[in-house]
Amino acid sequence: MKKRLTSTIAIAMIFAAFTSCNNSGKTNGQSGALSSNVAEKVYVAPGEYDEFYAFISGGYSGNLTVYGLPSGRMFKEIPVFSQFPTSGYGYSEETKPMLNTSHGFIPWGDSHHPDISQTAGEIDGRFIFINENNTPRIAKIDLKTFETTEIIEVPNSAGNHSSSFVTENTEYVVAGTRFSVPIPQRDMPIKEYKGNFQGALSFISVAPETGNMDIKFQVLMPGFNYDLSHPGRGKSHGWFFFTTYNTEEASTLLEVNASQNDKDFIAAVNWKKIEEYVNNGGGTMMPADYAHNVYDEHTHTATSTMKKEVRVVNPSEVPGAVYFLPTPKSPHGCDVDPSGEYIVGNGKLSANLTVHSFTKMLAAIEGEKFDGEAYGIPILKFEDVLAGSVEQPGLGPLHTEFDGKGNAYTTFFISSEVVKWKLGTWEVIDRKPTYYSVGHLTIPGGNSGKPQGKYMFAMNKITKDRYLPTGPEMEHSAQLYDISGDKMELLLDFPTHGEPHYAAAMRADLIKERSQKIYDLEDNKHPYAAKSDDDTKVVRKGNEVHIYMTTIRSHFSPDNIEGIKLGDKVYFHVTNLEQDFDVPHGFAVLGQNTSELLIMPGQTKTSVWEPTKVGVWPFYCTDFCSALHQEMQGYIRVSAANANTPLIWSMGEDIE
Amino acid sequence: MKTLKQIFICVFCLLAFAACKNETKDASTNSEVTEAETTANKKTGQAFITDDESTPTVLSIAIGSPDHTTLVAAVQAASLENALVNAGPLMVFAPTNDAFAALPEGTVENLLKPENKDALANILKYHVTPGNYSKDFLKKFKKLGQANNQYVKIDVVDGEPMIGGAKILGSVKAGNGIVHVIDKVLLPPTE
Repeated sequence: MKKRLTSTIAIAMIFAAFTSCNNSGKTNGQSGALSSNVAEKVYVAPGEYDEFYAFISGGYSGNLTVYGLPSGRMFKEIPVFSQFPTSGYGYSEETKPMLNTSHGFIPWGDSHHPDISQTAGEIDGRFIFINENNTPRIAKIDLKTFETTEIIEVPNSAGNHSSSFVTENTEYVVAGTRFSVPIPQRDMPIKEYKGNFQGALSFISVAPETGNMDIKFQVLMPGFNYDLSHPGRGKSHGWFFFTTYNTEEASTLLEVNASQNDKDFIAAVNWKKIEEYVNNGGGTMMPADYAHNVYDEHTHTATSTMKKEVRVVNPSEVPGAVYFLPTPKSPHGCDVDPSGEYIVGNGKLSANLTVHSFTKMLAAIEGEKFDGEAYGIPILKFEDVLAGSVEQPGLGPLHTEFDGKGNAYTTFFISSEVVKWKLGTWEVIDRKPTYYSVGHLTIPGGNSGKPQGKYMFAMNKITKDRYLPTGPEMEHSAQLYDISGDKMELLLDFPTHGEPHYAAAMRADLIKERSQKIYDLEDNKHPYAAKSDDDTKVVRKGNEVHIYMTTIRSHFSPDNIEGIKLGDKVYFHVTNLEQDFDVPHGFAVLGQNTSELLIMPGQTKTSVWEPTKVGVWPFYCTDFCSALHQEMQGYIRVSAANANTPLIWSMGEDIE
Repeated sequence: MKTLKQIFICVFCLLAFAACKNETKDASTNSEVTEAETTANKKTGQAFITDDESTPTVLSIAIGSPDHTTLVAAVQAASLENALVNAGPLMVFAPTNDAFAALPEGTVENLLKPENKDALANILKYHVTPGNYSKDFLKKFKKLGQANNQYVKIDVVDGEPMIGGAKILGSVKAGNGIVHVIDKVLLPPTE
C-alpha cells in the first residue's frame, strides 16, 4: 500500500515536472514549442535601429509620443497642445503663441488621432497631423525636426474627434465635430437642440510645398455626433466618410437616448464636388474667430494670428455631394480598405461589423435607391450599399486596419480582442486577446493605399495587472503582434504615455534620412539672437531688461550681471552657439517663475524672470552638456527698486 | 531498496526540472555569443557617426588638414579618436608637420612604436585643454590645465599668447571646441 502510494506520488511528480515545464513555455510566449524566438523578434541589439517609427497619441497629455517597433522603446515626447516642462514649450516667449486660441491661452489639451502625410496614396513621412479634441485644433508636426510647427483652431466645432485624417495627396487634413453646437454660437436653451444645432466638417487645405494649413471650407451638417472618419482612396479618392451617432439628436443621457435608433449613418462627402463649388465662389463667408499659430524655423519664434471669417457650405447648396449610408448602432471607427472599395462601420453596440461597398454606393446614387432623407440629405438604402457583414466577430467593435493582403483587423473593446477577418468573404480567420479593453490598433501605413504590414499593435484602455503596480493609475498598455503569418502572434507588451487614442506608424528609413541634426546659426533670424560673444549685451528699456546671452561648452556669456532691480522684468534671450548634433544647453535661474529652457544648437529661446527678492542669484545650465557642465554657471545681482547699482555685465574678467 | 527507489525517483524528477531549465539557458547563451561576435568586428563610438550637418569635430578638422598628417597618425596610434569627438569642450593645440619634423631625428618614429603608446598618449593629451577659448581670450590666462594632468604656461609676447613657447599660427572653430594650430610640439615637463 505504502509502496503503491509512493510510486503514484512519484509518477504524479514526474508528470507535474514535465507539464509545468511545458506550461512555463506557454505563458511566456503563448505559442508553445517555438516560444523562445518571440524574444528574438522584438530584440533590437544595442546600437541597432528599430525598423518602424510609431507615433502614438498622448490623449489627455495633449502630446504625441514617438516609439520604435518592434522594440517598443519610447524615443521622444513631442509637445503639441500642452506646455512641456522638458523643453519649455508653451512656457518660453517664442512658443507661448502656439497655445493661443480664441478662448485665450490654453495650457493643456487632449490630443487624439495622428495621421502622416501622403503622396499618391502612400505615406511620405513629411508631416504628421494631430487633432485637439477639447478646444478644437489641428496641429502639424514637421518630421524633419520633430517639432510642432503649426496649429490652426477650428471654429464652429466642438469635440474635434473625427479628425485629423489626410486625403491621399494630403490635399486636405479633415476635422469633423463630435458635438454639434449652435452655429454661430449663441445663447439659447439646450432643450432646443434638435433641428437647431449643427455639426461642422472642416476641410483644411495643406499647401503642397510648405504644408501651411488653411480652412478651405466647412460643411454644416445636421446636429449629429460625427465620431471618426477616413478618406476614400484609389477609386474612392475624392470622397470622405464619417461615422455618426446620436442621430436621435439627444442632448441629455446620451448613453440611453443616443442608442434608440436601430441604425445611424456613415456620411459620404464628395469633397471634390464641394471644392469645385467653392473654387467657383460657392459657399458663404461667415464671421468666425479662430487662431492660426505658425512657428518660424528661422526666427525660432511662433506667431499667432486671429482669423475673422470662415467659408461654410450647406449640403443642400451642392446636390449630389453628401449622402447617408445607414450603419447599425452608433458606429465608432470608419475605415476604408487600401483599394478604396470597402468602408467599414464599426458599430460599437452592434454584434456584427457592417461593410459598405463604394461601387454599390455609386450605383445606388445613380439608381436613386433612397430610403428617405435627413435634413435634405438623401439616405441610401441599406441593402443597396451593403457589401457584407462579419457575423458575430466579437463584442464592441471600435476600429479596423488593413494589412494590404486582403485582411482586416478589428478591435473589440468589450471582448478585449483583435479579430482578423477576410475582406470579401467576411470570414473570421483568427482572434487574439488583448490586455485589456482595446481601443484602437495600428498597422504601419494602415491609413493608406499601401499598408506596410509586418506588425500590428493594439492600444488598450485598461492595464490592471500587466505591469508592476504604480498606484491607482497605470500607463495604458499596448501589445505588439506579428501579422506576417496566417495567425497573429503576440510578441510584446509595452506601456504607452497618456491615453493613446490612435497611432500612425511607418517604415523608419524615409524619416531617418531626413532628420535634422542642428539649426544653422548663420540662418538664425531671431531679433534677440547673439551669434557670437561680441553680440552679447544687456539693454534696459524702462523696467524691462533684455539680456542677449550666449552659451557654448562650457560657459554663459555674460555670466556676471549687475544692475537688475526689484520690479524689473528680465528677459533672458539665450542663443546656443553650438553647431554640433545633440548638444542642447539648458538655462535656469533661481526663483524662475516661468520655466527653464532647453535650447537646441543654433536656436535662441527666451525666458522671462521677475525677481521677487534682493540678492545675488545663480543661473546654470540644466543639460549635462560637457565635461565642464558643472562649471557652466553665472550670477545675476538684484538690487532694491530704488538702488543705483549700474547695469554691467561681463564674462571671464578675472582669471587667476 | 525502498530508499534506493526513492532516491532514484528524486534524481529523475530533478533531472526533469533541470533539463527544462537548461534548455532555456543554452538558448540565451548561444544568442549572446553570436551577438558579441557581430559587434566586436565593428569600429564603434562617436568618432564613426556619419554627420555632414554639424560643424566638424576637432578630430575631423585635423584629419582634413594636409599640415597635420603626423599629428593624425599619432592620434590613431594612441587610439585617441573617440576622445577627440567627445562632447568636450576640447581645445586642441595642433602642431604642424613641420613642428614634428623639428624634433630630434627618430623621435616621432620611436613614439609611434606600439610599446611607446602610453608615452605618446601622454604627449598628445598635453596638447588638449578641456575648454573652448579664442586666441585673443587666451591672453587672460596664465596657465592651462591639460588633459594629461599637467599645466602649460601662457605668456603674452608682442600682444600674442604663447602656449608653452609655441605660437598660434591660426585657429579653426570645431563642433566640440576649437583647434589652435601651433608651430612647436609641446613636451610635458618631466618631474
